[in-house]
Amino acid sequence: MTNVVIQMALYCLILVGLAIPLGAYIGKVMNGEHVFLSRILVPVENGIYKVLKVDKKEDMHWRKYAACVGVFSVISLGVLWLILCIQKVLPLNPEGIGGTSWHLGFNTAASFVTNTNWQAYSGESTLSYFSQMIGLNFQNFVSAAVGIVVLFALIRGFIRVKQKGIGNFYTDMVRTVVYVLLPLSLIVSVCIASQGVPQTFRAYDEVDLVEPVVVENEDGSTTEVTKGVVPLGPAASQIAIKQLGTNGGGFYGNNSAHPLENPNPFTNLLEMIAILLIPVALCFTFGRNVKDKRQGRAIFLAMFIMLAAALAVIGYNEQKGTPQIEQSGVVYTGAEDQAGGNMEGKETRFGIATSATWAGFTTAASNGSVNSMHDSYTPIGGLVPMLLMMLGEVVFGGTGCGLYGMLGFAIMTVFIAGLMVGRTPEYLCKKIEPFEMKMAVLVCLATPVAILAGSGIAALLPATADSLNNPGAHGLSEVLYAYSSAGGNNGSAFAGFNANTPFLNVSIGLVMLFVRFVPMFATLAIAGHMAAKKKVAVSAGTLPTHNAMFIFLLIVIVLLIGALSFFPALSLGPIAEYFQMTV
Amino acid sequence: MSEKKKNIFADHKIMSRAMKDSFMKLNPRMQVKNPVMFMVFISAILTLVMFGFSLAGVRDAHPGYILAISVILWFTVLFGNFAEAIAEGRGKAQADALRAGRRDVLANKIESIEHKDKIVQVKSTELKKGDLVYVKANEQIPADGDVVDGAASVDESAITGESAPVIRESGGDRSAVTGGTTVISDWLVIKVTSNAGEGFMDKMIAMVEGASRKKTPNELALQLFLVALSIIFVLVTVSLYSYSVFSSDQMGSVNPTSITNLVALLICLAPTTIGALLSAIGIAGMSRLNQANVLAMSGRAIEAAGDVDILLLDKTGTITLGNRQADAFIPVDGHTEEEVADAAQLSSLADETPEGRSIVVLAKERFDMRGRNMAELHAEFVPFTAKTRMSGINYRGSEIRKGAAEAIKAYVEEKGGVFSKACEETAARIASQGGTPLVVAKDGRVVGVIQLKDIVKQGVKEKFADLRKMGIKTIMITGDNPLTAASIAAEAGVDDFLAEATPEGKLEMIRDYQQRGHLVAMTGDGTNDAPALAQADVAVAMNTGTQAAKEAGNMVDLDSSPTKLIEIVKIGKQLLMTRGALTTFSIANDVAKYFAIIPALFMGLYPGLSALNIMGLHSADSAVLSAIIYNALIIIGLIPLALKGVKYREVPAAKMLSGNLLVYGLGGIIVPFAAIKVIDVLITVTGIVG
Repeated sequence: MTNVVIQMALYCLILVGLAIPLGAYIGKVMNGEHVFLSRILVPVENGIYKVLKVDKKEDMHWRKYAACVGVFSVISLGVLWLILCIQKVLPLNPEGIGGTSWHLGFNTAASFVTNTNWQAYSGESTLSYFSQMIGLNFQNFVSAAVGIVVLFALIRGFIRVKQKGIGNFYTDMVRTVVYVLLPLSLIVSVCIASQGVPQTFRAYDEVDLVEPVVVENEDGSTTEVTKGVVPLGPAASQIAIKQLGTNGGGFYGNNSAHPLENPNPFTNLLEMIAILLIPVALCFTFGRNVKDKRQGRAIFLAMFIMLAAALAVIGYNEQKGTPQIEQSGVVYTGAEDQAGGNMEGKETRFGIATSATWAGFTTAASNGSVNSMHDSYTPIGGLVPMLLMMLGEVVFGGTGCGLYGMLGFAIMTVFIAGLMVGRTPEYLCKKIEPFEMKMAVLVCLATPVAILAGSGIAALLPATADSLNNPGAHGLSEVLYAYSSAGGNNGSAFAGFNANTPFLNVSIGLVMLFVRFVPMFATLAIAGHMAAKKKVAVSAGTLPTHNAMFIFLLIVIVLLIGALSFFPALSLGPIAEYFQMTV
Repeated sequence: MSEKKKNIFADHKIMSRAMKDSFMKLNPRMQVKNPVMFMVFISAILTLVMFGFSLAGVRDAHPGYILAISVILWFTVLFGNFAEAIAEGRGKAQADALRAGRRDVLANKIESIEHKDKIVQVKSTELKKGDLVYVKANEQIPADGDVVDGAASVDESAITGESAPVIRESGGDRSAVTGGTTVISDWLVIKVTSNAGEGFMDKMIAMVEGASRKKTPNELALQLFLVALSIIFVLVTVSLYSYSVFSSDQMGSVNPTSITNLVALLICLAPTTIGALLSAIGIAGMSRLNQANVLAMSGRAIEAAGDVDILLLDKTGTITLGNRQADAFIPVDGHTEEEVADAAQLSSLADETPEGRSIVVLAKERFDMRGRNMAELHAEFVPFTAKTRMSGINYRGSEIRKGAAEAIKAYVEEKGGVFSKACEETAARIASQGGTPLVVAKDGRVVGVIQLKDIVKQGVKEKFADLRKMGIKTIMITGDNPLTAASIAAEAGVDDFLAEATPEGKLEMIRDYQQRGHLVAMTGDGTNDAPALAQADVAVAMNTGTQAAKEAGNMVDLDSSPTKLIEIVKIGKQLLMTRGALTTFSIANDVAKYFAIIPALFMGLYPGLSALNIMGLHSADSAVLSAIIYNALIIIGLIPLALKGVKYREVPAAKMLSGNLLVYGLGGIIVPFAAIKVIDVLITVTGIVG
């Protein structure tokens, strides 16, 4: 167990150590301040504006900003859907893979445009290089950027006083991609490519197996397989951004559990840190740019405490395994001389600590890439990742969207707590009035609504039971996980759940679009209304939003909304399963 | 109006009316105004219909059980109605009393002030703005208006509850009269300022009755939050049904959930406690304000009062006692202190003002000079006039005068005397220390200076310190010069002051503070206060004030007490705190309700879940019944708190928050665990549930 604790603590330390300077850097980028890359990138940035005929001085009203986000995303969705359906006739398709079905195309397009990257397909057998690189990877960048720019707009809403504008969508997008996402991706891709992650346009390789495999055919005869296919492609470049942009859509079906996506502990460390790097950094960006670092720190701590608790619970449960694993004697659960614990579904090159940390990181952030199969986790070890998604992906969450989601919860928190100090609520010196409350409610409750409605309907359909790997309580967990993954814009899979059916593709696709754009537009509306407000003076009568009490309250509200929404569901899923195993 | 202080629950009239109103409020059109309770209302109807079906054989639970749930739901609705009705009760009773005191009177309408004898009698309801009416002693004033001629004492007890009559006269700041009050002596000519039905009394009746009550912004925001929570809970229960079907299918057993149980679960989870009490809290806040004899023109104003962080307080009456007192005799030009005291006392013997009397008293205390009798001395009193600005006596051929430095200087110099530099300096020094110098002269020669001092009220310093702890700044408004003002400000412990205040100065100051994000409260009475009142966030007009001031303010203080502002802030804060506390309590309750119902429902399906049945409830039926009975009873239990408001202390926000969280947050988690267990035991022991 000590081993697990030390590893997890180390990962968190590296993460936060890198995120703090990055947060300051992103803060400067948001304001268009001078950064060390400016000398190279300013001409690039201005070149893009010239080509696109963007007036970089324009300050947009929130409605226009929201319209830009909306139109941009609709076009993205349409183009990607089209690319996927007609990939057969497009270039860069050495394997000659055919177009996807309309519903898989829709699902995948919705999934990548919403930064969910739920995968109802297996990349190496379903998508061409063109679809991966031009279609999906483009969205990996811009969908991550859209989340970040909406956060920028919200931050401006808090700091501006009696103004109409909340910034310029185009410059925010260009700056985020050019100054933040591209340089970081470049570093990560080069590093992981150096460790053996493919980066090539060559067709798949056929290799001789070191040890031939004998498979039994249906008629009882046997065949000896001596050759294997190694899928290749421009993977490193895509994996870097899928981690950094909290996308999570793997180049290969098995995602980062696949040896070519994540060959060794070094790439694993790199990819794992990349999951949370930007979401953590944005907390510090927030504090810096609202000109009160304590505010950013408070939000960071609230998120970090929840993350640490989640890691502890997952790590403990996975290391301990279940009574059944121990009983059978097949698995040694002690920690002498070897990792031990519940190793089912985990890669031996990573072990318990790293798999558990990844599971926590990837579901805390709305990343969704996996390096182990969550379906095989112990009931409570699997419950925690599910819960992290159900909370609305606000424990760091997706790039930008996690933080603005958390700020929605902060608004709810000051609303309830603020009343208890005898004042109408305010956050960051801005009064919370019915309009802001309405929008904050949309931000915070879109996820529970989507998950409950989606999984509720799915559980009633007879076809759903056919998609399951496991019966009973674990079956319900699989359904819940699928809709939580979509409803949290996470995209990770519980495995064991075959999601490529027309109903599931369309319903999950719609859920993803709903939970992405409802909170996003609500956030922009809050930003616009906040910017137009005057600032209220701070006094001893003001509820402080940077102290331990507020952090505690924020955590309580997040957990309470989550628990109130999902206690019954979890009781019939993982909790029931847990008691089945232990009682 | 002393009966207002009586305990509302002991008042049979209000209680019985509230009970009747609880049933009247079952009207769907009234229910729909409160979405959370409307959901309970619909659920009650639904379960009743299901009970009907169950009798016909279409059922998913035992008919008796369905009926029990339905009955409890109906009680939940009624309890919610009762909370609102009882909160309205006091106001309605007050409104009835006001209405009863009103008569339709015949008004003596006249054409002009010059022709008071040409009277046309018209009904008071037919008076229009601008009409002139003539009101004699023992007649009721027919409408709101301004006195344009005459002066009279008026009994305003109908609105203020204060039986001592007040003087109303034309011109100045005491010219406003209110329809429904009675002239006791003399006569008045009044220019009507409001049409029938729009007068102050009409507004007052509407306000105390709550007829014109609109939801305030904060109440709306809270309601939005509650509705959103309710929607989530609808989804939770519906999806739970679906999960339950799925799980029982998977386990090959019977679906343990019935629609009745799910409806009960929904109502337990929905924030019905705060939903039922929300409007009662608002009405009660209004009512508390009425009891403090303040009439708010909108609920918005009370909320703003909670947010106020700058109080503009008039010096006189709020910070200092209304009058000054003699504090010291300071001799100049070679005279002794005793000489000054003697001259000062003589000059003040006939001076009946509080200042004058305090001089006599001080002289007696210092030098044991007994107050001498004017008649024995054969002295002639010279009263204060606006022209001379001095008072004094002529006595045994001497002239003794006292007055402000400039007045005495003029007097002395006119007599050919010298107003010495020493005297001038002394006067200036006194002024700089917050005192008021009065110079005493005898036969054209200055004797000395009397130092008058403002007396700061007892306890104000502590009060202001408390307010400061809560983040409220106090600002003293005074007509005094800056030196005097600064000294009193320091003594009283106010945060800032506005000296030589003019209406424009006040307006400027309010704007300035608002610009910096503060919310400002002030009181005012004169017409020239109107612009500042209109600008302030919370503007309390004195009832004795002019019509213009009353219209500019958003509250009227019927007692015309300058310290009322502090009380108003307290009521505003208390209202918001009560809302927050009960919301927290209501949501915290859900934790226990989940632990009561969910394990009980699914123990059959997954026996392991009984580990979560930490209350050890008897069965699924008893668990659901206990939870929903608790849910109904807690509404009744919390009505007194909703009406009275939560405890209010003057402490910083962070401290207040942790205190309230402990009581209402932690309490909200623990209380239902205990209460539900007790109810469960009771209903199983009594055999209500088998």
